Formats: sequence, structure tokens, C-alpha cells
Amino acid sequence: MKYRMAVAALSLAGFFVALYLYLWKLGLVGTMACGTGACEAVQLSPYSQFLGVEVPLIGVLGYLALFLVSLLALQRPGERRWAALLLGLASGALLFTLYLKYVEFFVLRAVCRWCVLSAALVVLIFVAALLDWRRGPDPAPIR
Amino acid sequence: MAAPQDRGLSGFYRAIGAAALLGAAAIGYLVVRRPAVSIPANVTVLEADTAGFRGYLLGADSAPLEVTEYADYQCPACQQFTLVQMPSIEERLIRTGRVRWRYRDFPLDQIHPHARLVAHAAACAADQGKYWDMHRRIYRGQPEWSVQRDASGTLRRYARELGLDLAAYDTCMQTAKYAGRIEASKREGERLGVPSTPTFLINGRLYSGMGTVTYDVLKGMLDSLARAGPR
Repeated sequence: MKYRMAVAALSLAGFFVALYLYLWKLGLVGTMACGTGACEAVQLSPYSQFLGVEVPLIGVLGYLALFLVSLLALQRPGERRWAALLLGLASGALLFTLYLKYVEFFVLRAVCRWCVLSAALVVLIFVAALLDWRRGPDPAPIR
Repeated sequence: MAAPQDRGLSGFYRAIGAAALLGAAAIGYLVVRRPAVSIPANVTVLEADTAGFRGYLLGADSAPLEVTEYADYQCPACQQFTLVQMPSIEERLIRTGRVRWRYRDFPLDQIHPHARLVAHAAACAADQGKYWDMHRRIYRGQPEWSVQRDASGTLRRYARELGLDLAAYDTCMQTAKYAGRIEASKREGERLGVPSTPTFLINGRLYSGMGTVTYDVLKGMLDSLARAGPR
């Protein structure tokens, strides 16, 4: 249960980070709060789209999916397939994040703090989903 | 009585609900507090606003015919002219050195609330050498931004698509850098008696309406000029 709660809480945080970045791209939140980071350079690079879709939008949808699945999984603590589904989604998110980090650090050589925060959230989500999956089903209630 | 696990879960749901509300409120605040961009019409026109600037130019200085277009980006007839007539005029007369084009802003604020803002976005693109790209993009996108409550987000997206430096573009828009230039252009049109948009000034005469100036009309004028020729 606690791992699924962790996935829900972390994916909700990630959802708002991705939403903020997407709204910035749409020009709806004014100047980006980025400190000394190179958020604009990263967000406006050709790599800010993946297969024609804005990367922050992929983030919004991905985090939303993780959030909803984790809430459903909380309702069915004994069902292992929900743990597998969560782990599948988290693995996809992790692979995509690894690709984005590679682009950021080795191709663009620019670091966007919001993207780093999102990557950290994805790693934590993956760890929580992995622990949930390894833990196996909850013991059957004693009657 | 609820099981301890259920009580823990309902507490978690309450906490998640509160966090979601808090996040939504924070995002909502960021959207609402975004500084609104508005380009004033009641601006004092300074000499610096017009010094050396008499419209956005296309074509060679040596062209025998000059056309000055007074137009409003939110006017559907101006859009039709730009999308339907202008490509052949540009390809066959401007690029061949026979016509020089001069575009002047003539925003009709009473009926087109975005006209001045959009003209300003084009002026900010001119700052970065992308005036005509922005000009065409804006006219192509007219059905999109003209119905929006606030067009600035869409205009900024066009700026991004055209590869403009967004930080410089934002500063240009927020400081209304070219408000005086746009107002000067409008007053020039009013002095000349521009009745509507688009209106074209050719050889001291005004032609109003989108059908009045076409490739054929301009070609006819050029042919007359050639026949009159150097005597």
C-alpha cells in the first residue's frame, strides 16, 4: 500500500511540474521561473518535441496515467497485475527520461532544473513501483 | 467500524485531494498573474518612432512602381488579399524588380480589438529580421487568434515557431516598444484619407478594397508606365 501511495503522491507532483512546463510553452504563464538554469534553451530546442508531440504534454499525460493507475491499484491491494501495470508504466517513463537526460547533458549541454526535478520524480516512482511489485500480493484477510 | 487500513487510505485520499487543489491553485495563480500585454493607441508619437521608418519594405528601390498598402491584421479582406493576391504579385512583380511594396499598419481598433497587438507582434519580429515571415504567419493564423479572448499566447507561439529569441520578443511586447510607430502609421493613413482596409496608395491615388489591386491591375499600370516611357 505505502509504495502505491508513494507512486500516487510523486506522480501528482510530476503532473504539476509537467503542466507548468507545457503551459509555459503555450505562453500562458509568462516568464519561466528557472533560476540560473537553461530551461528556455532546453524547452525551445528541436528536442522539445518527440514524434511531433510536445515533450511536456507527454509528461502531463504520462504522470496522469501513473496517478490514476496508482489510485486504482490502491483499491485492489491484493491484485498483483496492478503492480505489474504500475511497473510497466514507470519503466516506460524511466526509459523516456533517460533519453531526455542524454539529450540534455550530451547533446544540448544545457540543464533545465524543472526537467531534472521531473527526472528525479520518475526515478523515485520507478523505485516505488519496483518495490511494490517485488513485495508480492497482500496476505489474504484472516476470517 | 472501518478497518485501520481503510482509515489510513481515506486519510491519504484527503491529503492527495488537498495537494491536488493546492497544485491547481498555484498553476491558476501563475496563469492569472501573467502580465497582460496591451499596446496603447493614445501614445505620444515621438520623432524617434518614425525616424527613417516609412513602412515595412519588400522589393528593389529601383522598381518603377511603388505600392503602399494600409492594412489591419484582423481585417478579413486584408487576409484574403495577402493570401490570394499577394503571392502572385510578390513572385511576378516584386521579386522581378518591377514593384516595390510598402506595408503600413492601419489598425481599426473599434472593430478589431487585436489589430494593434498583432501589428506590434509583427514589429517585434522585424526587430529580429523576421518581419515578413511573421506577417504571413499572422495572416494565415487569423481565423485562430482573431476569435481568442487574448491573442498574445498564439502570437508568442508563432514567434517561437519562427525561431525568434523569445526573451527579446517578450521584452519588446511587454514594453510596447513600437506603439508609437504603429500610431504614427495609422495617423499617416488618416491624413491621406484611407477609408477602409486594405487601401493602396499608388502614384498619389488611393485604391480601396481587396479587388481593386491585383496582379493584372498592377501589370496594367506597369505597361502604361512603359508605354509612356522616357520621352
